[in-house]
Amino acid sequence: MKDGVNGVALAVFILFFLAVTVMGFLAARWRRADNEHSLDEWGLGGRSFGTWVTWFLLGGDLYTAYTFVAVPAAIYAAGAAGFFAVPYTILVYPLIFTFLPRLWSVSHKHGYVTTSDFVRGRWGSKGLSLAVALTGILATMPYIALQLVGIQAVLDVMGVGGGENTHWFVKDLPLLIAFGVLAAYTYSSGLRAPALIAFVKDTLIYIVIAVAIIYIPIKLGGFDDIFAKAGEAFSQTNPATGKPRGALAPAEPGQWTYATLALGSALALFMYPHSITATLSSRSREVIRRNTTILPLYSLMLGLLALLGFMAVAAGVKVTNGQLAIPQLFEDMFPSWFAGVAFAAIGIGALVPAAIMSIAAANLFTRNIYKDFIKPDATPRQETRVSKLVSLLVKVGALVFVLTMDKTVAINFQLLGGIWILQTFPALVGGLFTRWFHRWALLAGWAVGMIYGTFAAYGVASPTQKHFGGSAKEIPGIGEIGYIGLTAFVLNLAVTVVLTFVLKAAKAPEGVDETRPEDYTADAGDPGVQVELPPATAGASH
Amino acid sequence: MSESPEVSKEPVVTPVRVVIGLCLLAPFAAMLWVGSYAKVDPQFIGIPFFYWYQMLWVLISTALTMVAYKLWQRDQRARRGGAGR
Repeated sequence: MKDGVNGVALAVFILFFLAVTVMGFLAARWRRADNEHSLDEWGLGGRSFGTWVTWFLLGGDLYTAYTFVAVPAAIYAAGAAGFFAVPYTILVYPLIFTFLPRLWSVSHKHGYVTTSDFVRGRWGSKGLSLAVALTGILATMPYIALQLVGIQAVLDVMGVGGGENTHWFVKDLPLLIAFGVLAAYTYSSGLRAPALIAFVKDTLIYIVIAVAIIYIPIKLGGFDDIFAKAGEAFSQTNPATGKPRGALAPAEPGQWTYATLALGSALALFMYPHSITATLSSRSREVIRRNTTILPLYSLMLGLLALLGFMAVAAGVKVTNGQLAIPQLFEDMFPSWFAGVAFAAIGIGALVPAAIMSIAAANLFTRNIYKDFIKPDATPRQETRVSKLVSLLVKVGALVFVLTMDKTVAINFQLLGGIWILQTFPALVGGLFTRWFHRWALLAGWAVGMIYGTFAAYGVASPTQKHFGGSAKEIPGIGEIGYIGLTAFVLNLAVTVVLTFVLKAAKAPEGVDETRPEDYTADAGDPGVQVELPPATAGASH
Repeated sequence: MSESPEVSKEPVVTPVRVVIGLCLLAPFAAMLWVGSYAKVDPQFIGIPFFYWYQMLWVLISTALTMVAYKLWQRDQRARRGGAGR
């Protein structure tokens, strides 16, 4: 953290922030429909987004501020191992190419707003749907908290918020303001606000990355010098572990970890409620498939961004908190005004996903807890009101989380969240292709995966932490170090398959499947598929 | 692959669909076999192989997904009797 406030950078930052705030409130008028009090309108933007809006929205949603801070920070800390984010995002797109269009179709046919809606409709099990909803909410909360951590990192480097001795209120005031603004326009504009702001965010990010990837290497003497210096720094022994700090290419033992992390994270990404919210808001099935061919542009950006981690090492950026490495690199390298642009990119980059995530979590609560268990006869108007309130509550929760607890707690929970959300994969993706699984087997598999994943993660120690020290652990039976989430997922699947055989043999009741095979391939324009769905209660055919 | 259970006498597995499947599987084979690219040389403008190779695969997998998308579109159009959309 530098002394004093960087005035020029701060001014640019505030300017962008104000512009985005105005946009957020005006967004409510953008493509407004008649039935503005339905959850489809507020929570899915009227399901009207075309290819490019969806591209910006999904990009803005998946590549969060935390990603921008954390991926290079991981490289800064350990070198090659942090680069797994790139193969991870490469694998995501072929994967979703196969199943997301089916989810889109069945959701539009039956008026599903959340993944749990689908799980309930497909498996005829409120219990399973509740499990999926709770997992989604639990996994999303720390994710939102991390977005606020991202804003905090930027504010810290700009010198806003003061040092450790400042009164807590003064210290956290900027974050509180940013948060208040975010909450207000999400409340009034729904999904339209982040969709519109995502344009600004992504444009800024692309500009910053393009400049950084050309300008900083020139200042540092080219990539040869950068990697030579980084290689040197990584080969030095870390006093805490007695091993080298990192490497430029993963050594043999680290390769399993690398591959399982990439695969597990790729499988998990589209289980997150916020990814699904952005997907379902698109206009047609084609929009999604087309998007899988243009979204990798973001992966390329992510790869370049990760290289910034090496630049931070080569430039001799010294921070105690790795999260600050990249913001600090920007401040050291760029002229003040452009550092301001870069900080604005990260700050706004936090607002977009935070808004979408809180909307997604709120939708889950409203549809699958409030309506299923508390008030089955809720009107669309009531649903929307509850969703709006819950989106506020979720954000307040995240804020309290960040302000009262240590940052590592948010990171630990985020790590757990990834492991947890992966356990909903069999019920969701399995359900999109087959009805063979038994609903109780799916529930049992989920529970086993959750329990194993949580305990395994609890048992991982690191030099700085006794528990939750990382997301990789020895895979039982194989002996290699692998991603806990993936191990738990395999366990989950095994339990599900075995129990399905048992339950089928025992003739346990299968539950009612309200979907039909042709629902999974329906597209906009087909009979029964409305682009703009009627209020949720009337749309569901049960 | 998402096979559409439409009323059609054509087989579910066709050469085109096998190609689509391969296009979508190739990135998994390439990226999960970490041993094949965990090395520093040859470098490209000073960037170690490990990094530029994976970034190259972003482009390759994009191209493959695009091919899969085009083939799938054609496949669907043919199945719907050339009606298109």
